[in-house]
This record gives sequence, C-alpha cells and structure tokens, in this order.
Amino acid sequence: MNALELTDVRKVYPVGDSEVVALDHASLTLGQNEILALVGPSGSGKTTLLSIAGGILSPSSGKVVVGGEDISDYSNGQLTRFRQEKVGFVFQSVNLVPFLTAAENLFVVDELGPRTGKPARATAGKLLDELGLAERTKNLPSQLSGGERQRVAIGRALMNDPDLVLFDEPTSALDTGLGAQVMELIRSEMKQRGISAIVVTHDPRITEYCDRTVQIVDGELSA
Amino acid sequence: MKIALLELRRRPGRFLMAAVIMTLIAILLMFLGGLLDGLIKSSTGAIRAQDGQALVYSQTSEASLLRSRIEPALRAAVEDVDGVERAGGLGVVQLGARVPGKGPRDLAGVALFGFEIPPKGVPDVPPRGTAYADETLKSDGVEQDMTLLLGPARSPIQIVGFVSDTSFSGQGSLWASPETWRQVLGANRPDARLAENVFQALVVQGDEDVASRIDPATDGRTDSYTIEGAVNAIPGVESQRNTFNQILGVTIAIALVVIALFFALITVERTALYGVLKALGGRSRTIFAGLVTQAVVVTLIAAAIAGSAVLVLDAVIPAGSIPLDISLGRIAISVVLLLAAAVVGCGFSLRRVLRVDPASAIGRGS
Repeated sequence: MNALELTDVRKVYPVGDSEVVALDHASLTLGQNEILALVGPSGSGKTTLLSIAGGILSPSSGKVVVGGEDISDYSNGQLTRFRQEKVGFVFQSVNLVPFLTAAENLFVVDELGPRTGKPARATAGKLLDELGLAERTKNLPSQLSGGERQRVAIGRALMNDPDLVLFDEPTSALDTGLGAQVMELIRSEMKQRGISAIVVTHDPRITEYCDRTVQIVDGELSA
Repeated sequence: MKIALLELRRRPGRFLMAAVIMTLIAILLMFLGGLLDGLIKSSTGAIRAQDGQALVYSQTSEASLLRSRIEPALRAAVEDVDGVERAGGLGVVQLGARVPGKGPRDLAGVALFGFEIPPKGVPDVPPRGTAYADETLKSDGVEQDMTLLLGPARSPIQIVGFVSDTSFSGQGSLWASPETWRQVLGANRPDARLAENVFQALVVQGDEDVASRIDPATDGRTDSYTIEGAVNAIPGVESQRNTFNQILGVTIAIALVVIALFFALITVERTALYGVLKALGGRSRTIFAGLVTQAVVVTLIAAAIAGSAVLVLDAVIPAGSIPLDISLGRIAISVVLLLAAAVVGCGFSLRRVLRVDPASAIGRGS
C-alpha cells in the first residue's frame, strides 16, 4: 500500500471573475518509507500540494489517497479527524505553542484529538528521549535552540504515529550546518519508523537527504 | 481546554488588563446590587414584617399609609369577608426624634407605628409610652431603655427592645401600641389627627387568597394587597427597583463588551496559532471552548476578588450609614450574570475562530 497517491489532482481558486490554477492535473505516488523532496519556486503550487496531501485542502477534482484512505471527497469534519490520526506536519517556522513546554507541545496533539491521556504522555516522553531532548522536556520553546525546536516539531509530527509526515521548508530558518543536522535527523527518524515523508524545499542541498525529487512549476509536477 | 488553562497560568500578564477591568465592573455590579437591596429593604421592612395574608388600604390611597383611612364601619366590612380570621389596625407617623446625648438639631428620622397585630419579630404590643425600635436606629445612638423625644411636641417614647429589618421609607421604625401612636400623631401632626378606632390600614390574617376577596366584598371601598403585593406597591419602590435594574443591565452590557473586545483582540493575535492547531487536527469547537474557558476563569477570578472586596466594604462601612445590603445571593446573581456576559461576549469571536483556515499554517515563515 502506498503512503500517498495523487491522481489527476486539480486545485483551482476563484479570483474575481477568473480562476487561478494552483495545481494542474498532478499525479504523484509516494511509496512506503519513501522520502520525497518537492522542489519549486515560490507560487509554484508546493503549498497547495502539501495542503491537499495533508487533508487541509480538498482538491477541485482528482483523487487523493493517503495510507489507503481516499480523502478526495471528505467533509471538513472528516478531514479534521483524518489529520488527527493519519498525518504529521512540521511547519516552516516550527510553530510550537510558545507557552507550552517541549513535552506539552507534543502532548497537544493528543489534547486536540483522541485524548488518551497517560499513553500519550508516555509516547511524548519516549519521542523526546529518542530525539535527544530528554533533559529539555520542561523547557519552553523560547528556552530551546533552533535545532531543538525543530526536533520538538518533528516529535510533535510523530505523536499520532502517522502514515505520512509533511515537512514545509524545515530548514529555511536554520543555518547550513544546523539544516544538514536536521535533515539527517529527519531522514533517520523517518527511515527508522518506516514512515513516508514529503519535504518541501527551495534548497537543492536538501534533496540529498531524500530518496526522490519531484519538481513543481506552475502547478505541474515533473520528476 | 487544558491548553487554554495552561496559557492562563503561564501568561497571566496577558489577561491582567481584562481581569482588572472585569473586577472593577464586578465590584460596581455587586455594590449597586447591594445598594438596591439595601434601599428596598430599608423602604419595605415594616410592610414585609406584617404577620398576615393581606394589607388593606382605603380606596383612593394608592397603597400609601399616609393617605389611607380605615373607618370602623369599613373595618367591620373587612372582618365580615369570607376567609378573614382576624384584622388588626395599623398606622404610622414619620417624625424627627431627639436622641439623648445628641445635639438639639441632630434628629434621627423615625417612623412610629401603632399596631394591633404584632409584626414578625415584635414580641407583643408594648405598654403606653414605650416602643420597640428597629436595629438601624442604633447607628443614631438609640439604646435600650433610652427615652426619645418625638416631633415638635417632643413626645416621649421609651425604648423597650430592638427588632430587625423593619425599616420604613429609609427610616428606622418604632413599634408602639395604637394608643401611643394616636397620641403622638395627634400631638405632632394635628392636621392628620385620627379619631378613636380609625386606622390607616388593616393587617388581615386569613387564608392565602383572602386579599383577592376583600375589595369585591367592600364594593371597592378598599384597596387590598397580599403582603408581597403591598411591598411592591409602596410608592417609589418599583421605580427605585427599575432604575437600579437598568443601571445593573447597562453594567452587564459593559462587561459583555469588555469581554467581547478583549477576546476578539486575543483571537486576532492568535490567528496563526489557531491555524497551526487546526492543521494538527484541532476542531473549531475545541479552540472556541478554550477561549470560553479563559473568559470564564478570568470572570470567576474577577468575581471572587470583587465579592471579597464588597464583603469587606460591607463590614467596614458603619451599619445604617448607607442603605447597603450585601448578601451572598446578590453576589451569586452577579457572578451568574457576569459569567453569562463572558460567554456571550466570547460568542463574538466565534465567527473569527470558525474562519481561521488551517491552510494558513502551511507555507508561512515566521
């Protein structure tokens, strides 16, 4: 079973009387445990593709299957539940909740979703330990370095044991050295857990850490 | 919800301004409520204390004791009404009282009642020339066994005991025999002198519905009320209550606007955070519930501080100096109203929360 299958996906935004095509008949398959780099200039449709793959946006047409679940026609409520259970996100500016500790930032995924309580706490502790943050669990984001914050964000994306993790320019706010470290961490964590990932980036150096690179220009994909 | 509570705990400064404003509003609300209750209490105590099921005035008196006259014939007609077990005369005269030890112009306003059926709390009809005094008169220096001189005629009245919550028209009351009242009335208000056996009103004991049967039975020569109805019919009481309730309503509206503006601002500030939470699977209702939780907690803290402050004020302000009656019931009502205002106020942010797009979390740098 593939982690992601996009078949002939279009996304069109109405702008006044006309339309803007953000994604044009895009088809993409992401295998199990595969890391894919999605590279393209600003406004090329990377964000739209990531949002559709993550169940944040619905396609105007086409088919979207994540982990065997066809989400093409899901309602907003169904997409919300899908995001709780099936995908993980690492955002461009990390976007940790500033008043929550590292552990609580992971636990927030459980708070927003299934509310399992104790097991989620245990998972958060384990993830932070594996990410080398065992000593930083009670620190607020403002007390963490850029790399540590990125690791907390990765931990948060893994909290719901997702089929697919989506990274939105994960190294854009980091220097080259730290960016490389973070990408190594992403690769090792994804491979170790057998989770597939899409990494959106402008930076061609990032592609070295991915299994495959796909270009996107004006909403059209090309290998 | 837990996230919302953690934010309150970790970032109290962010909510400080709202908490301070809400505290001031809550103090105002509780204090005004206390003043309303105090005013009503001090205006109506004497009527509330009547031990009966009906209070009967004469036809055109408009529930005013001073305008009402019950002649013996009318009294007999009332006593003959089906369901009336007993009727007792009641009269009042409002005068200035000279209190021993006070200056000659330092008069205490008193309402001297003459009664046949002892009101609640008054043990019996006291001997001629004596009276039970309402406790509020203690703030004017009135003490047990003291003799007050009432009115321009300086009629002596000896105080034989105290009763509570029997004020009338904002004045402390004195409870005396009909003879004492009639003598004081005649000596100090010759124009209002009443003949023997004429009273201003009748307190009627009987069954629960007796008040509704009296006026038809007297061919409309009487104006009868239940005790509760008589309280509300006292001239000025209803308008006092309406005025204060309107002020309280405006205060609640201000609380609602404060909460609405504050949390609308917070929601705007948090749009990015809400986008992230929604992208992570957070529902709008979960996020909105967090907002309401914060508003409720801020309001409860404000109400707790305000409640304590008002109770302290009540203890510090000398009894009887202003008509303030702070009760836990009034505080509880104020808290409920403020909480309702907080929840409704938050409702104005609901649309904004609903409109936060989880897609806003993607493709946006810091």
